[in-house]
Amino acid sequence: MTSAEDAPVTWHAILRQALKDNDVRLVTYVPDNVLRPLLDGIHADPFFTAFPCAREEEAVGIVTGATMAGMRGVVMMQTSGFATLPNALASLPVAFQVPVLMVVSERGTMGEFNPGQAIVCRTMRPILDSMGIEHHTMTRLDEAAFMADRTIRQAFATRWPACLIISPLLSGGRK
Amino acid sequence: MTDTTDNLHVMNRAALTKRLVAGLKNREAVIGGIGNSNWDLWGADKTRGENFYMLGSMGLAAPIAMGVALAQPKRRVFALEGDGSLLMQLGCLSTIAAQAVKNLCVVVWDNGIYQITGGQGTPAAAARTDIVAIARASGIANAAWAADEAEFDALVAKALTTDGPHVIGVKIDQEPGRNQTDRDPIRFRESFMRAMALPV
Repeated sequence: MTSAEDAPVTWHAILRQALKDNDVRLVTYVPDNVLRPLLDGIHADPFFTAFPCAREEEAVGIVTGATMAGMRGVVMMQTSGFATLPNALASLPVAFQVPVLMVVSERGTMGEFNPGQAIVCRTMRPILDSMGIEHHTMTRLDEAAFMADRTIRQAFATRWPACLIISPLLSGGRK
Repeated sequence: MTDTTDNLHVMNRAALTKRLVAGLKNREAVIGGIGNSNWDLWGADKTRGENFYMLGSMGLAAPIAMGVALAQPKRRVFALEGDGSLLMQLGCLSTIAAQAVKNLCVVVWDNGIYQITGGQGTPAAAARTDIVAIARASGIANAAWAADEAEFDALVAKALTTDGPHVIGVKIDQEPGRNQTDRDPIRFRESFMRAMALPV
């Protein structure tokens, strides 16, 4: 456990710690600017095995296989990448009940400049809801540790995918 | 081994799947891709807990197998994937190469058609795309066509005993899968996870 003095104070340090606390060692991702500090911290930490994939579907496949073989994992991506996933999620981790974690940095809201991103962002929560995938939007630093830890824990306890959405309110969004 | 698609003997997926599975002695994991690839795996040995039968996520047999291989470096892991399926997810070959997954072998059954949807030709077949050449160009040095059954056996033996990743290309006939896999994902996940929990 970390002491109060050196407790992590950024959203990405909090999230990284929550992954470690729950023994989530495999991190597959499609790169994203907002996630950069989180990914940098993960790459710098030998606890994790982390690498980029060519597509988000592929990352979901890898984490599904690893989880079934005893290594917990997470897929990290941005909103538009999530929108490529409905078939892979429905037919693999949801149908087989494999707890694949997802972390999505939210683009397309609160000052988005790209119309495509703004439209695709509106599909994300309906897709998650339609498959019964629990999702929580992280907006506040004081709630971040509790939300991340409990969401991850519940995913593994109930054997169901879960998604943490990083709001621009928390990350500052794309500058 | 064979570098080009010239003079390749056309083989049979069901027979070769049976041959492959019968030769596995160390609880190797086998991930069957969508449709015929997993129907023939089911037909080869439906009692084998180390088999995983993918349902609808076309193109993800190799990524699933890669995940299993990363989680368990001592276990050898095979993906059985169709040429049309692999075409959907060619980027995974670069990911596999980049991570240099030593205990992974991807077998590609290449009949040039989407057999299960009515036998339509793939764009790769029309263009004479060489899938093994793509694997090699993606950075997987141990990628070869199996010219015949004996060479298939030799390539599988190599995948079982040497560092990969390995890709084995097999030209197959257009025979449909004969054994429909049960559609019971929860049962398959449970039996596969139980099998993966046993030591190699």
